[in-house]
Amino acid sequence: MSDPYISVDRASKTYRTRSGEVEALRDLSFDMRRGELLSILGPSGCGKSTMLWAMSGLHPLTSGTVTINGRPVDRPRPETGMIFQQANLLPWKNVMQNILFPFEITGGSPGPHMDRIRSLIREVGLEGFEKKMPGELSGGMQQRVSIVRCLGYDPDVILMDEPFSALDAFTRDEMNELLQRLWMETGKTIVFVTHSISEALFLADRVAVLSPRPGRLSRIFEVPFPRPRSIDLTLTAGFADLALEVKHSIERSIPASAGGRS
Amino acid sequence: MSESLKERIPDFEQRSDASGSTLGGALSQPGLIRSGGQALAILAVAVLVIGGIEIWLRASGTESYIFPKPSEIGAALVDNFGLFWPHIVSTMTVLVTGFLIGSGIGLVLAATITQVPFIEKVITPYILLLVTTPMIALVPLLSAKLGYDSMSPRIIAVALASGPIVMINATTGFRRTDLGKIALARSYGASTIQLFTKIRFPMALPMIVVGLMMGAIMGLLTAVGAEMVGSSEGLGSRLLYYSARVQMDNFFAIIVILAAIGIIDYVIFTLIGRKWASWEA
Repeated sequence: MSDPYISVDRASKTYRTRSGEVEALRDLSFDMRRGELLSILGPSGCGKSTMLWAMSGLHPLTSGTVTINGRPVDRPRPETGMIFQQANLLPWKNVMQNILFPFEITGGSPGPHMDRIRSLIREVGLEGFEKKMPGELSGGMQQRVSIVRCLGYDPDVILMDEPFSALDAFTRDEMNELLQRLWMETGKTIVFVTHSISEALFLADRVAVLSPRPGRLSRIFEVPFPRPRSIDLTLTAGFADLALEVKHSIERSIPASAGGRS
Repeated sequence: MSESLKERIPDFEQRSDASGSTLGGALSQPGLIRSGGQALAILAVAVLVIGGIEIWLRASGTESYIFPKPSEIGAALVDNFGLFWPHIVSTMTVLVTGFLIGSGIGLVLAATITQVPFIEKVITPYILLLVTTPMIALVPLLSAKLGYDSMSPRIIAVALASGPIVMINATTGFRRTDLGKIALARSYGASTIQLFTKIRFPMALPMIVVGLMMGAIMGLLTAVGAEMVGSSEGLGSRLLYYSARVQMDNFFAIIVILAAIGIIDYVIFTLIGRKWASWEA
């Protein structure tokens, strides 16, 4: 096997808060190949977002390293794009200005990217909305804008922090199918953090299950279903069996003293 | 009706800074006239009130030195405008200069101290002291030091009155940092200066415009007050001058001019708010 594209090596993170130290991650290691879609799955507070933010270079690890394409991550890098839980659009800019915001920061010219950006806008169904302000859009539409903003800028790696968790179930299914389509077309390497088992299994090539705080790797599942996957897949028996297995592995990773469910 | 039924989509940002949007909401008040019908109704009220006062004063035979008729005030305004003009210029010079100095310093200070929470906490009580102390009180002292006919005591008083209000509002605006948006900009490698110009400043803008509007109104009050206690120039000095001579038509004409300046101030900042901060409606 060739060198991994992304390599996380014994990542640990301890937060210092007023009430003492909180260990969020302990010795988490995993590798990803280029073009892979990996889901990080776990209960609330298992440190999965912490892991993602460390991969983005926004929050440093206490110890351990993240290496992307042979270079250790120590600060935010232009090859890495991030999509947040909230669409995080700038309310004083219209849809198109929001989509071009990354170029405004880096000082790069959006010119060579415009054709691709326009086709992305068409693909996610934002055509005709370019001049609208974010406040005029629904939550799902806002998140579409934030996806185009990230893809339009053409990063190699996309880090997604529970991007669809604030959306209703139907919009969420729609967005998952859309994301799969965009991923298959663009071949980006995507890390997708979620606490939804079915979302993780629907989207990912592999699902990394984290144990509760401190977050450690409890198991990695290979997801065998062929692509393109349809949302109907989530209602089949094979999918349910795998989901149940994942669920049990999460429950086993939760110590009895912690109360079981969260 | 259609506006009240318009679907509002709540999101995290709107919920997280609810305290800010109530203050910022001052900008989205229906301050400017939206339709011809509204304008006509407003005009009708003015005609009714002014006409009513005119008729009542005529019917009751009230003497002009007690309460001049609106028609006499109007005539004084037109006839004596040449006499008023130098004082309008004087007041406006004091107001604009003092306001620019005060709000400029206030804005720079607000932008700087909000970068360092400790300094912000130390300075804020003193700024509050400046906001709550009536700066007119300083004018006699300043006049004694800098000269009775000099403009500088009045300019200083206006700057001291408007600056702290601008600063307090701008500070509130700059403090409203949305960590998600900061993280977004940083993820593209934004510098500290870019974080300020691209995120913090536009986020704070609605509060800044509200602060500027309040600062300008406080500045006008202070300018007039300062002219009443410490100057022979300016519209404030004319109020004393005409009331002492029982020229009530001229006295009220000055009040009309002052009201007009206040309204112009309000309209200017409402328009600025519409243009630059309308996203927070």
